[in-house]
Amino acid sequence: MAIRIALAGNPNSGKTTLFNGLTGSNQYVGNWPGVTVEKKEGKLKSNKQVEIVDLPGIYSLSPYTLEEVVAREYLIKERPEAILNIVDGSNLERNLYLTTQLLELGIPVVVAINMIDIVNKQGDKIDITKLSHKLGCPIVEISALKGTGITQAADKAVEIAQAQKAAEAVHRFDERVEVAIAAIEAAIGAKVNSESKRWYATKLFEKDEKVQAELALAADIKAGVENAIAECEKIMDDDAESIIASERYAVIADILKDSYRKQNKGSLTTSDKIDQVLTNRFLALPIFAIVMTLVYYISVTTVGTWATDWANEGVFGDGWHLVGGVAFEEATGEYEELIAQRDAYIEAAGDAGIDTEALQATLEEEEPSAEVIASFTEEAKNKDISAVAVIENEDGEVEKEIPVGAAEFAVSLEAIEPDPAEFGVWVPGVPVLVEGALDSMGVADWLKSLILDGIIAGVGAVLGFVPQLLILFIFLAFLEGCGYMARVAFIMDRVFRKFGLSGKSFIPMLISTGCGIPGVMASRTIESQRDRRMTIMTTTFMPCGAKLPVIALIAGALFGGEWWVSPSAYFIGIFAVVASGIILKKTKLFEGDPAPFVMELPAYHLPPVGNILRSMWERGSSFIKKAGTVILLSSIVIWILSRLGWVEGQFGYLEDTQLDSSILAAFGNAVAWMFIPLGFGDWKSAVATVVGLVAKENVVGTLGILYGYAEVSEEGNEIWEQFASNYTVVSGYAFLVFNLLCAPCFAAIGAIKREMNNAKWTWIAIAYQTVLAYVAALWIYQIGNLIVFGTFGIGTVVAIVTVIGFLYLLFRSHKTAENR
Amino acid sequence: MMATLREAKVGTTVKVKALRGEGATKRRIMDMGITKGTELHIRKVAPLGDPIELTIRGYELSLRKADAEFIDVE
Repeated sequence: MAIRIALAGNPNSGKTTLFNGLTGSNQYVGNWPGVTVEKKEGKLKSNKQVEIVDLPGIYSLSPYTLEEVVAREYLIKERPEAILNIVDGSNLERNLYLTTQLLELGIPVVVAINMIDIVNKQGDKIDITKLSHKLGCPIVEISALKGTGITQAADKAVEIAQAQKAAEAVHRFDERVEVAIAAIEAAIGAKVNSESKRWYATKLFEKDEKVQAELALAADIKAGVENAIAECEKIMDDDAESIIASERYAVIADILKDSYRKQNKGSLTTSDKIDQVLTNRFLALPIFAIVMTLVYYISVTTVGTWATDWANEGVFGDGWHLVGGVAFEEATGEYEELIAQRDAYIEAAGDAGIDTEALQATLEEEEPSAEVIASFTEEAKNKDISAVAVIENEDGEVEKEIPVGAAEFAVSLEAIEPDPAEFGVWVPGVPVLVEGALDSMGVADWLKSLILDGIIAGVGAVLGFVPQLLILFIFLAFLEGCGYMARVAFIMDRVFRKFGLSGKSFIPMLISTGCGIPGVMASRTIESQRDRRMTIMTTTFMPCGAKLPVIALIAGALFGGEWWVSPSAYFIGIFAVVASGIILKKTKLFEGDPAPFVMELPAYHLPPVGNILRSMWERGSSFIKKAGTVILLSSIVIWILSRLGWVEGQFGYLEDTQLDSSILAAFGNAVAWMFIPLGFGDWKSAVATVVGLVAKENVVGTLGILYGYAEVSEEGNEIWEQFASNYTVVSGYAFLVFNLLCAPCFAAIGAIKREMNNAKWTWIAIAYQTVLAYVAALWIYQIGNLIVFGTFGIGTVVAIVTVIGFLYLLFRSHKTAENR
Repeated sequence: MMATLREAKVGTTVKVKALRGEGATKRRIMDMGITKGTELHIRKVAPLGDPIELTIRGYELSLRKADAEFIDVE
């Protein structure tokens, strides 16, 4: 028979390390049914018959937190054959609090005292025999980190599971409490089996609502139970829940009295010394800023960008150089310089009245006609043409100027474009390989486009983020593992809780200024479900890297590149986060007790590398799986919408530049009226916004195509003029704000779905973001018009009314536990 | 003299006299080891003035001042 062993213990007790040590690579990570609490299962390395179920890290079996309820339900309903309770030996008192509750369940328990090496080093003494006797269960000493004793712990758990010998809680509370519990046990009688009777009686004594509902006692029995509790409460002069909590700690104090000797230490531990610096009144904030800058700089700016560029332009682009990339770049630079010289010379010749059309045409051909070139060269020589080729760098600054004469022109004609495959080791990108394969199979153009432009481009755009995500996840795992993440919450709590967020929301917000996908996924570190949901809903308001081209387009085309446009986008993002937090926390959605901020600040320690890598991989692969499906579907849908349409009365497949005939364009036409109040009710803006859902950087490119350019620069310089003629300053800014705040790209929506683990909440998040974006853009356009152009109309009235409604939502008082 | 944990000075050690309030937050506070008669050492206040950090039963715990107000100490 298969044996299930539940692994239970406090957070930071080394549970993850023990679980990894016991199961190795035989793990399955999922979620507990219906909730976002992670569930891990695995088979014991040494005995595949034994299944280990990793319960969430918990301090108690109260009915209040999600994690505790999940653990409770599993233990009561599924009744695993044994519980392996990991206990931090350097923090016995609080850890045993959970143990006393586990022992009452009537399931065989083995206690594994972890970090025994540290305990011994500190000179503390634990008398295992005595402790085992007093607790009434076997005890094993282990060091999960070093791997010592863990096999024995597992063996012991299997042994007692096979023996079917349930733990019988031997600890007894105060006599007066015991009388009441005995009375309750007698009252519930045969309603529960004898093994778990004490658990149920104790929970009923605590007035645990979940147990009350489960047992559904008859009215007379209930009255008897309530009597027993009331009497005890009266004698003890306290409420029942407090009595049990105090009694548990009293029992533990009694147990530890003669089985545990703590070395009296006057000196501070290393962890204390680290903490004195990291949370120092004056140093804490600067250090926090440095740590965050470092995380951002490495995972978003430098290494992260390289990784994303490599994945997007290499693996999912033309290809990349395994070695020899530098030589290729030099060759490309030289080639481009020559071409610039050639073009400058031709242009100068054109200006001097020489006909260059034939020449330019032949240069485009695979084998240019020598005759045409010779006649041009002759003519140019006679007119003594000279030019200056201006070489610009990436930022558009002039790098150098090369004078070009007839001799230089002759040289430039010999220029051959370097083939990347000839330099070092060239690895072609996925699209190149697939295209080759499709060509050789003779696949139809439309299918090729669906696979390449639809599926591979869409999914590739998302998978391209994976390397960057993995880098970020390493940081997160380290910050969590070493204990600093708890201090982040400690330092930032004051600021963020005002907006209904957690101190740990800072990291998702910061990361989202780079990319919203890792930002959303970084919210995983927030324990409270309420705070986590709020963070997920608001974090993509921060302008991500892909929205920068849109900002640049508006700033360049309409504001003459004013410096304040780009920072204003960030302020709007921050304002949207803050206002949303304040408004949402007062709504029904987030009503109820905020999660109490009663948090352990664990001792600092270096987390094992294995744990970090495993955590990185689990998060990364879960993103690929969950986000991948959303992306795949939506990429196909958008491709169909943009590539099929009516040309000259016929429905069919469209070329790249015929986007204006597509179904998507028709759709844009149909919905454009919705954007009229926002000032951009033309179908082109609507289509660009919809395409922005695939990836925000597509907004500018799509506008380019719709304005008649096959390709535009990243910031769309080519269309600035046309764009400016269609927009006013106010409507352009409204367009920007709508695109900044509305539903993020599909990849980020996929991440939201992954982290919410709930379709309803995913839709709530997207709907909220889009509505907020609409309202914000409405204000900008209507009130902006009133101020800038003095126009007043029905839209202005609507905008003012919604502003008032918004202010009401923002400032209304609300009753929650926060201001009891 | 009766006072709440909120008013207790950093660096002092106090004894829990009573816990007021009810529900999840109170239960959580008790689960974490703050029960009647427990000794608490107030270690520090966060750089922005809230929350506070306590040493209790040999480990470090952080608590908001708003919640500390419901703990009577002496």
